[in-house]
Amino acid sequence: MKVIEVTDLTKRYNSNGISFAAVDQITFTVEEREIFALLGPNGAGKTTLIKILTTLLKPTSGMAKVAGFDVTKEKEKVRASIGIVFQEPALDRRLTGRENLDFHARMYGIKRGERERRVAESLKLVELEEKADIVVDKYSGGMNRRLELARGFIHHPKVLFLDEPTLGLDTQTRRRTWDYIKELNEREGVTVVLTTHYMDEAEYLCDRVGIIDQGKIIVLDSPKKLVDLIGSDLVTLELNTSNAAAIFETLDFVTDVQTHNGFVTLKMERADLRIPILMEHARESGLEIKSVNMRKPSLEDVFLHFTGRRIRE
Amino acid sequence: MKQTLSVQAIYVLWLREMKGMWRAKSRVVGSLGMPIFFLIFLGLGLEHASMPGLPAGVDYVAFLTPGIIGMTLLFSSMFAGISVLWDKEFGFLKEVMVAPVSRLSIVLGRTAGGSTVSIMQGLLILALSTLLGFKISGVIPVMLAIVFMCLISFTFIGLGLIFASRMRDMQGFTLIVNFVMFPTFLLSGALFPVQDLPSWLVPVCYANPLTYGVDGLRGVLLGAEASGLPILLDFVLITVFSIGMVGIGSYLFESTEVER
Repeated sequence: MKVIEVTDLTKRYNSNGISFAAVDQITFTVEEREIFALLGPNGAGKTTLIKILTTLLKPTSGMAKVAGFDVTKEKEKVRASIGIVFQEPALDRRLTGRENLDFHARMYGIKRGERERRVAESLKLVELEEKADIVVDKYSGGMNRRLELARGFIHHPKVLFLDEPTLGLDTQTRRRTWDYIKELNEREGVTVVLTTHYMDEAEYLCDRVGIIDQGKIIVLDSPKKLVDLIGSDLVTLELNTSNAAAIFETLDFVTDVQTHNGFVTLKMERADLRIPILMEHARESGLEIKSVNMRKPSLEDVFLHFTGRRIRE
Repeated sequence: MKQTLSVQAIYVLWLREMKGMWRAKSRVVGSLGMPIFFLIFLGLGLEHASMPGLPAGVDYVAFLTPGIIGMTLLFSSMFAGISVLWDKEFGFLKEVMVAPVSRLSIVLGRTAGGSTVSIMQGLLILALSTLLGFKISGVIPVMLAIVFMCLISFTFIGLGLIFASRMRDMQGFTLIVNFVMFPTFLLSGALFPVQDLPSWLVPVCYANPLTYGVDGLRGVLLGAEASGLPILLDFVLITVFSIGMVGIGSYLFESTEVER
């Protein structure tokens, strides 16, 4: 079953007479129980897209349905079906962790007994039981995020939206956050839609990844299939010249060549056997190789392949 | 969008204000400092001064007390309305905006919370004024005074919401204190009768909702002869103002969601 259906969705902004599309005719669907990531650099349009799907922004044109409800015509029904963790904390700092969860559960109309049970359960899941009765003002960044994750799920939404869920967290806390998300998804069967500009996050967590750049989804598939698109192995050479692409294109085992800032990345099978040939070929062509790097492709390479840029440039 | 009222949501938002207030109770009491100083020092300082236009048989402390209650309500209610901007700044507003409750419920919940705090402050001032010789003539006048306090509070929470939905952050706040709140207070008849002001200022006073609030409070607390206008007229006018302000405030608040 499709939990999210987005068709030709567009959001245009006008500033100083210039109109630009933050979201540009995007179409995609998300299946039930999926963990779906929108991966792209800052300013790609991820947050705008999430804001439209969560009824906080009106689209300029196009259609979006969440849990079967139209995001512009059936706002309250959409709101009742979703949970959200925003990029910036959205907690009442005067209240304790428990009170924040209690407020949320009451706003979603959960009855008393059930409410107390779920609040306790959520606090346990994110390991905040001991800090539950301290005011949020005294929480650390990681604790804030965990509390928000717990809150986003307390009313058992069909879809949980996470906008950059691990932005600004240390490595250890990130790992834990990922595990909470996986656990929620596996145990409760909630569909998760998250935005991220971390490749490892999308690779580790997600069933499918949509790569988004300049308001458009460029490619959409499972991380494995996307990486397979790049194929085989990648060899990156650091050279003394920046236009060496033509020299390597003549080699028949090289299937693709990408150059960027004095580096050239070559795609091939069995790179372990071919590196000596590459070295030889470079020397014959009068090129000086400063360094060699061989690796399996990652989503980073997928992004580079489709946009011609690295994600953080 | 259809506006359905959720009593549960209104209650929860009210409860949140109460809990927040309880945590910050020293600040709530502290914010009474200014009205208390006005009451004590103006009251004592002008106790024996002769002021033209005071109703017969009413001394200055008695005249001043309803005015200072009005001032307390004006300031704390405007703060309560504008505090939506704090929620915006700390991100909490988004949490409220994505909840499956109508915008009207959100506005009413805030109004209920803000006015409860304001009325408690107003009653504290009333209690303090008895120490300065203010005489409360019974339970019914106090009950009627609470009705007027409610209406004054609704009016200015509404006005606060109107400003909040037109402002991006708290930066313009001192401007509002200086150019809206103080003139509203000074031209409401809270400190002196408005009849003797220059004739060009009188219409300004009569366009000011607080004028009717303070006049009504005076009428119910001191007796009908102490108020400049009939109490019923005060009541009708301040009711109209409160409905209008909360109405415009919630309309503008609802349209803020589409911005940015």
